[in-house]
Amino acid sequence: MDELIILIFAMAAVTYLPRFLPMYVLARMEIPRVLILWLRYIPIAVLAALIVPGVTTVERQVYLTWGNSYFFASIIAFLVAWRSKNMMLTVTVGMGVVLLLQSFPLS
Amino acid sequence: MESRQLLLAGAKKSLPIVLGYLPLGFAYGALASIAGISLPLIVMMSLLVFAGSAQFISVSMLAAGAGSLSIVATVFLVNLRHLLMSASLATYLPQFPRKFLPLLAFWLTDENYAVACCEFRESEKNHLYMLGLFGTAYGGWVAGSALGGMLGGFFTSPSALITMEYALYAMFIFLLVIQCTERKLLFAACISGVLSLLFYLTIPGSWYIMLAAVCTATMGVMAEKWMS
Repeated sequence: MDELIILIFAMAAVTYLPRFLPMYVLARMEIPRVLILWLRYIPIAVLAALIVPGVTTVERQVYLTWGNSYFFASIIAFLVAWRSKNMMLTVTVGMGVVLLLQSFPLS
Repeated sequence: MESRQLLLAGAKKSLPIVLGYLPLGFAYGALASIAGISLPLIVMMSLLVFAGSAQFISVSMLAAGAGSLSIVATVFLVNLRHLLMSASLATYLPQFPRKFLPLLAFWLTDENYAVACCEFRESEKNHLYMLGLFGTAYGGWVAGSALGGMLGGFFTSPSALITMEYALYAMFIFLLVIQCTERKLLFAACISGVLSLLFYLTIPGSWYIMLAAVCTATMGVMAEKWMS
C-alpha cells in the first residue's frame, strides 16, 4: 500500500512539471513576437488533433461505419455548432445522436 | 463584479466539462476498484494527479503488474503534451497575480485548456473567473472518481457512459468551430487534424497531439512570413 502512495506522488510530480514550467517561465519574460505568433496556432491545432483521431478511430484503426456513433455525432455536432454558435445545444444534440445510435444500432 | 460572482461565472462555463468528467471519472474509479485499489487511494490519485488518460493508463498498468518506474515514465510521456498548452496559456496571463499560476497550472487539462483559450480570445478574463472554471471541472473529476470507486463494481451501463463521455468531444468541436474565425485558422485546423490522424495511426503513444500541433504552428508561421 505504501508503495502505491509513493507511486501516486511520483505521478503527480511528473504530471505537474510540464503543466507548470512553461507557464511559469514564459509569464515572467517578454515573449518574442514570432513565438507569440506560433503559440496563437496551438489552441486550434491541439483541438483538431484531439478531435479527429478521437472520433474517426476505434482501437487505433480508422472506423467510419454506423457502429462508430462518435463519428456521426461529430458531423451533426459540427453543423449545430456552426449554425447555432451555442455550446450547450451542440453538446446536447451530439450526446443525443450518440445515445440514439447506441440504443438503436443501424449495423 | 465581486469575487463570488466571478467564481460562479467561471464555474458555469465549466458545465460541459463536468458533464464529461463525471462519467470519465466514474469509469476510472470503477476500473481502479476492480483492479483492487482502495477507495482512499483512488480519490487521492484524482486529487493529486488530475489527468484522465494518465490515470487510466496507470490503473491498467498496475492491473497488469507493471513496475512503478515504467508507470511513472509512461505517465510523464503521456502528459508531456501539456508543455505546449502551458506555454500557449502563458501568452494570456501577464496580468494575472503570480501567486495563482501554480494552482492554474495544476488544473491544466486538455479540456480546461480548450475552454480557457476560447474565453481569453473573447475578452480579457479575471483570474478568479479562471479559478472558478478550472476548480469546478476538478471537483467534477474527483467526485466522479469517488462515485466510481464506491459503486463501480455494482453498476455499469456502457452505453450511458459512452454517451456522457461524448460531451467532451462535442465541446471540443464547438470550441474549434467558434475559434476558426479566419481562413488561415481553418486551414490550420484541417492540417492539424489530418496530421494528427496520420501520427496517431503510425506512432505509438500519445505523441500525435504534440507533433501535429508543432508541425501545424510552424507551417502557419512560415506561411505567414512567406506571404507578407
